Amino acid sequence: MYQRRTLVVAGHGMVGHRFVQAAIERGLTETHDILVVGEEPRPAYDRVALTSYFGAGSAEELSLLPAGRYDDPRVRLRLGTSITSVDTEGRTVLLSDGVRVGYDALVLATGAAPFVPPVPGRDLPGCFVYRTIEDLDAIRDASARATTGVVVGGGLLGLEAANALVQLGLETHVVEMAPRLMPVQLDEAGGRTLVRHIEKLGVTVHTGTATGAITGDGGVEGLTLADGTTLETQVVVFSAGIRPRDQLARDAGIAVAERGGVLVDEQCRSSDPHVYAVGECAAPGGRMYGLVAPGYSMAEVVVDALLDGAGTFTGADMSTKLKLLGVDVASFGDAFATTQGALELVFADAVAGVYKKLVVSETEQGSYRLLGGILVGDATAYGVLRPMVSSGMALPDNPEELILPARSGQGAQPGLPDEAVVCSCNNVTKAAIRTAVTSGTGEREPCADLSCVKSCTRAGSTCGSCVPVVKNIIDERFAALGKVVDKGLCEHFALTRQELFDLVAVHGYRRFDDLVEAHGRGRGCEVCKPVVASILASQFNGHVLGAETVALQDTNDAYLANIQRNGTYSVVPRIPGGEITPDKLIVIGEVARDFNLYTKITGGQRIDLFGARMEQLPAIWRRLVDAGFESGHAYGKSLRTVKSCVGSTWCRFGVQDSVGLAIALELRYRGLRSPHKLKGGVSGCARECAEARGKDFGVIATEKGWNLYVGGNGGATPAHAQLLAGDLDTHELVRYLDRFLMYYIRTADRLQRTSTWVAALDGGLDRVRAVVVDDELGLGAELEEAMARHIGSYEDEWRATLEDPEKLSRFVSFVNAPDTPDPSISFTTERGQIQPTVPDDRPAGPVLLAATIGVRRTEP
Amino acid sequence: MTPSLGQEWQPVCRLDDLEVERGAAALVHGQAVAIFRTHDDQVFALGNHDPFSRVSVLARGIVGSRGDVDFVASPMHKHAFDLRTGRCLDDEHVWVASYDVRVVDGVVQVGRRQERRASA
Repeated sequence: MYQRRTLVVAGHGMVGHRFVQAAIERGLTETHDILVVGEEPRPAYDRVALTSYFGAGSAEELSLLPAGRYDDPRVRLRLGTSITSVDTEGRTVLLSDGVRVGYDALVLATGAAPFVPPVPGRDLPGCFVYRTIEDLDAIRDASARATTGVVVGGGLLGLEAANALVQLGLETHVVEMAPRLMPVQLDEAGGRTLVRHIEKLGVTVHTGTATGAITGDGGVEGLTLADGTTLETQVVVFSAGIRPRDQLARDAGIAVAERGGVLVDEQCRSSDPHVYAVGECAAPGGRMYGLVAPGYSMAEVVVDALLDGAGTFTGADMSTKLKLLGVDVASFGDAFATTQGALELVFADAVAGVYKKLVVSETEQGSYRLLGGILVGDATAYGVLRPMVSSGMALPDNPEELILPARSGQGAQPGLPDEAVVCSCNNVTKAAIRTAVTSGTGEREPCADLSCVKSCTRAGSTCGSCVPVVKNIIDERFAALGKVVDKGLCEHFALTRQELFDLVAVHGYRRFDDLVEAHGRGRGCEVCKPVVASILASQFNGHVLGAETVALQDTNDAYLANIQRNGTYSVVPRIPGGEITPDKLIVIGEVARDFNLYTKITGGQRIDLFGARMEQLPAIWRRLVDAGFESGHAYGKSLRTVKSCVGSTWCRFGVQDSVGLAIALELRYRGLRSPHKLKGGVSGCARECAEARGKDFGVIATEKGWNLYVGGNGGATPAHAQLLAGDLDTHELVRYLDRFLMYYIRTADRLQRTSTWVAALDGGLDRVRAVVVDDELGLGAELEEAMARHIGSYEDEWRATLEDPEKLSRFVSFVNAPDTPDPSISFTTERGQIQPTVPDDRPAGPVLLAATIGVRRTEP
Repeated sequence: MTPSLGQEWQPVCRLDDLEVERGAAALVHGQAVAIFRTHDDQVFALGNHDPFSRVSVLARGIVGSRGDVDFVASPMHKHAFDLRTGRCLDDEHVWVASYDVRVVDGVVQVGRRQERRASA
């Protein structure tokens, strides 16, 4: 009998969270129960983006686990709790609430604490550090009563803190002991350029001087520098570096590094074989890494070690690119030219505030290699340059071209070698991206666009700085394959779906013929006709089988049902939100019995009736429509279903009426035709029983209202919907949903689900939020009106077909023998229901569409 | 399987019964035939059986053009067939039967199955 093991994780910051995510993804929870202990009152959040808290304004926006729990029952998360001691002998930890927990493996992810230099007055009210959301709240409260703030420390984090004080409206000073800002990343000239930018924002910079004392009576009133200068200030923020939080390990007798941090080996294992350390509290090989990306790598390494894998952590790329107070700053590789024989190429434009330096070395062959560099004021070249360092490739003949201001027409991508790491956030090489584009990864088709490459390789999905390079690699590949990167739909329209949509909106075309005559060529095909049909339906909502559009409809829309493998159809009546009366349930049963149909409950909380011959469809609809059913649009690229849990009506956990809302939303958006099928879900509490985050739009109830998530996807490439807006009342929710859906319908590509559409938008979810929530384009009212038009013109397609002899005349088996059923269709019985008979020579198993079927020639 | 088609023309429906750029299935000598009316009112007839999915559905496909070839895309997996000859545009080894068609006094008549030209 296999014994389940217990894994305790100390700390729920970014790295602790990443560790748990990776553990769940890679199946570690099949053998381990995980207890995560976090001392902050909330689950992990994005500390790197801490400053945006003042802009975004809510902790929710920064959260890495908005649900507050993992959707794996074997992971328990205890917040507001810390581990006070570790007993490595007995393998137990003692929690701050007095509970003792045994472990088989312990992962320390306790992070780092801000370093506060021992200056007099540092304990006065008005002194802060800059690490947690609570710190920011305290700084905000103090700033409300202050005019001036001083940041002690001019490194990365200090400038972030200065930015926060500027945002809070304080006159801001930065004090840095080193002779320049960002001394770890920048050289003197780079630092000077940065100072000029920052001073333009009204920040006063004091470099080369230490803080002498903080003065005040009962609160901060001033700060005296070592050179005697005194600054009047009411707020002081210390950001003079961080120190690993290794006390737990020290107390337990676990080895620590000379400069702090739990000493760990390449598998991030400490001197105790059952204890690991990851992130800023760890010191692999004695060195601490104060960035999140190396911490993530360590987390993956430990998951691997616990799975008996061989992953190792052997150091990390400490290159950084960021925007500080709106200024691009990047530093990578050997930025200080410490390598023997290194040469520096510098381009500086003091007027434009740009400083760029490349560090190169001459090879024996007489060419140059790039060792590192610094970019201030314009870091666009970072994405191209950084992989050149890791690959050691020879530079082009004129390396200075890489940093000189771009001349028009110059976009050429110097040929990176395959092994160059293009995306350092997720460690993706050029070769991996090329593979994704040319042959696909695993079961997947080759990628044809950036969003697909992002989801297949993760390249470009974190900081985005490598996206231009990824795009170039994709285009380069296509060019090599002789494919033209053409955004046109097909040979008939050299236009994208969005362009066609706009043309229809502007000119009011109602007929395919007019559109193709004016803006295309030929007679259309199976690609462009359904697109035009969908666009016309989205804008005018005429019946899809109307005379103008009937010939454009794709396989299923053409008969308002879903074609199945033997040429028969399946029928799905709408069951809004999955709620159905017993009487209606009985009707569905009776219809299925009377027409001898196979019945199956679908994943969307509806019932699918299979095996209807095309000519039977109207009679089946008649029975359903008479009983009060309507089309469920299971056949359309349109709203399918809005799934719901049980909600507060019946559920003892529910906090809102999710069923009522799901029904209302499904009825509101029913019949809405879109670039691809649309699915929704509403959960009545954070337990998420409706799986709403796997839908294009998902709503989850909170105590205060509804959280709206968008861009989720089940199917082959699952994606979790992301939070668009939180704590909405029903009216706001519906407004945002109206806008979101219409924005998607207007701008997405053909057959592009919302998840890939959001990913492909320039700016992603932020862009969606800007348009939908903040109404930055001023489109809100227009989008809502478009939705109102759709809702006002909705009619049931089945009923309208039954009422129109013209439309009904199409539903016959043979135009010259309407009463003869198609003789090629037959059924067998399996488990008490019908099943299609498979033609005798059809291969069992998957259908091979690429197989060549020879045709026997008949002698005339 | 070579059905012995008679020489005579079999009337199946009126031209007006056919929707433009949509097909209709007809029974001709026991065979399911897909009849198509193009945008310029020409009429073509192919066997209704899609050799890839092996079901009788071609009449339900979308009609369009590739270059200057009028074609129908099977509703199952979108394989394209030339309306004139029955040749599959995606796989040169595959053909479906094609039939002579004419319109007399507004009535569509289907004739014999066309012999395949070796050079086609």
